[in-house]
Amino acid sequence: MAGSIARRLSLGPQTRAAAVISERPLVRWLLIGVALAFLGLFLVVPLVAVLVQAFAKGIGPYFAAQWEPDALAAIRLTLLVAVIAVPVNTVFGVAASWAIAKFNFVGKNLLLTVIDLPFTISPVVAGLIFVLLFGRTGWAGPWLADHNVRIIFAVPGIVLVTVFVTFPFVARELVPLMQAQGTEEEEAARVLGAGGWQTFRRITLPNIKWGLLYGVILCNARAMGEFGAVSVVSGHIRGLTNTMPLQVEVLYNEYNFSAAFAVASLLTMLAVVTLILKTLVEWQNKRQMALAAQEAVVEGLGR
Amino acid sequence: MSIEVHDISKTFGTFAALRSVSLRVETGELVALLGPSGSGKTTLLRIIAGLEQPDAGSGPIRFEDTDVAGRGVGERRVGFVFQHYALFRHMTVFENIAFGLKVRPKRVRPPRSVIRDKVLSLLKLIQLESLANRYPHQLSGGQRQRVALARALAIEPKVLLLDEPFGALDAKVRQELREWLRRLHEKIHVTSVFVTHDQEEALELAARVVVMNEGRIEQIGTPEEVFHDPKTAFVMNFLGHVNLFHGRMEEGKVRFATVACDAPDHAPSSAEAVMVFVRPHELQVDTKRNGQASFSATVLRVSSAGPNVRLELVADSGDQIYAEMPQERFRALNITRGSRVFVTPREIRVFTET
Repeated sequence: MAGSIARRLSLGPQTRAAAVISERPLVRWLLIGVALAFLGLFLVVPLVAVLVQAFAKGIGPYFAAQWEPDALAAIRLTLLVAVIAVPVNTVFGVAASWAIAKFNFVGKNLLLTVIDLPFTISPVVAGLIFVLLFGRTGWAGPWLADHNVRIIFAVPGIVLVTVFVTFPFVARELVPLMQAQGTEEEEAARVLGAGGWQTFRRITLPNIKWGLLYGVILCNARAMGEFGAVSVVSGHIRGLTNTMPLQVEVLYNEYNFSAAFAVASLLTMLAVVTLILKTLVEWQNKRQMALAAQEAVVEGLGR
Repeated sequence: MSIEVHDISKTFGTFAALRSVSLRVETGELVALLGPSGSGKTTLLRIIAGLEQPDAGSGPIRFEDTDVAGRGVGERRVGFVFQHYALFRHMTVFENIAFGLKVRPKRVRPPRSVIRDKVLSLLKLIQLESLANRYPHQLSGGQRQRVALARALAIEPKVLLLDEPFGALDAKVRQELREWLRRLHEKIHVTSVFVTHDQEEALELAARVVVMNEGRIEQIGTPEEVFHDPKTAFVMNFLGHVNLFHGRMEEGKVRFATVACDAPDHAPSSAEAVMVFVRPHELQVDTKRNGQASFSATVLRVSSAGPNVRLELVADSGDQIYAEMPQERFRALNITRGSRVFVTPREIRVFTET
């Protein structure tokens, strides 16, 4: 996201500032203590609680709950949705940011605004929009029914809303990056005789790869974890249209706490893995930024 | 290969970057497009390269006898050096230079070993053999510029186009690279056009200078022609330092700053109000009247650091002017701040007031 880049850029000055600003030890420890307590209470305790609850009845029931057919179906469906939604939004995100960053056209600002729409709209409303469009009484409902196509309360609907909800992640990450890089390298490649595809593959893609990966990771995390919008269009059919988050809810509502937390623990682990990947990519990204900054310094010296 | 553009216009929104420009560059020539920012020089260069499309209704762009206006940028086979180098940041120096050869379609792509030899010989040409495996961010500005040039030359272009090639470098590196580029051009003799806003660079390096202003060509000529025989007030003003007086034509004489000089041949005969330009070194300063048409002035300030002494004067007419003279002359005159002097314009240029 745009903010994340700004954050990454601001790291340098902040670390330098730390040496200048120094509080008294007591104040410092007090502030750090408060921050840690807050972090522990709101982030670490819930995380541990999920795992404790998941293993409440021992390791056997924990794995049994995950190997249960409905749970397996939910895992499969979640993976399927992610496998479709993430590539779709990756392609769209790259195409949109390419267009926004490298060209001027009518409606550019509109496109920039519309890309953010899924972030500003409540997921429940997003789900309802699709019910309104494709539901039995919706606009396209009768036509779909005539042709025997089911979208709402079926897998296609779940995929559609997931695509909608995860729409902005890749584009939001890439637009500022591509804008910062400009078009000179692409122009140079074109002058040297490279075609459009060659230019994209050999010049643009290598330049954006870390930002792109970062966007894809965030997009994937959301695609697997989305609850609200999916809940509206899924119909909660066990073993058929329940994704993992929905399965957790179903189990929980049946007071099957340990099973609910067993499935939830998978989602939690997904989150942890995402965080680790995100950190790695951010680290790589920062390295690249540092290189770029270094380059700017060299250029400045040359001036 | 010669380049000829005819009647080229380019508009960005409501801004006219080029207004019906025509230009011919001969085979093997080194030509400078010189002008202030916004004069259209870079736009003209980019149109020649194919990076920008001229407005509809513009004339042809000929390379030798072929009209390339309809050809894409990749098909024109020009070497282009960008102002900020535009090196591929994720590729080494070697890969950067090899790029133009590697992306060719299979049937015209040279074999690996040929590409390798070609790149190595170019590295030798730019004297950076030892840096083949460095990345652009590990190079200095001057080194990057040379890599950018080698990359452009790798495709054996018939035309070399350089956009402010030394714009981002410090004065010393600039001078070195300028020399180096001149020698390189003498060696490979490729038709070259470079854009610059630095008059010194244009006058020193180019065989011919194209002075541009507000989307038009003001004058084309050798450095000597544009400097000593400027055709317009703009060229006069843009090249070198000048003193400007507002005067009048009267009976074959030019009157300005309480002096009347014989009008030079090029002076407009009918116009009443004229602009009179005199270069600082063409103002002769004396402490006594010397019998020639002169005006009196007071010395405001003396700056004598450098090969020439520069005097800031205020004429009795109120005009503030600069005069330059060699150190010996200054010592012989023995003048300081506040001295009264007589100033004789030795060479004047007159243009109709616009």
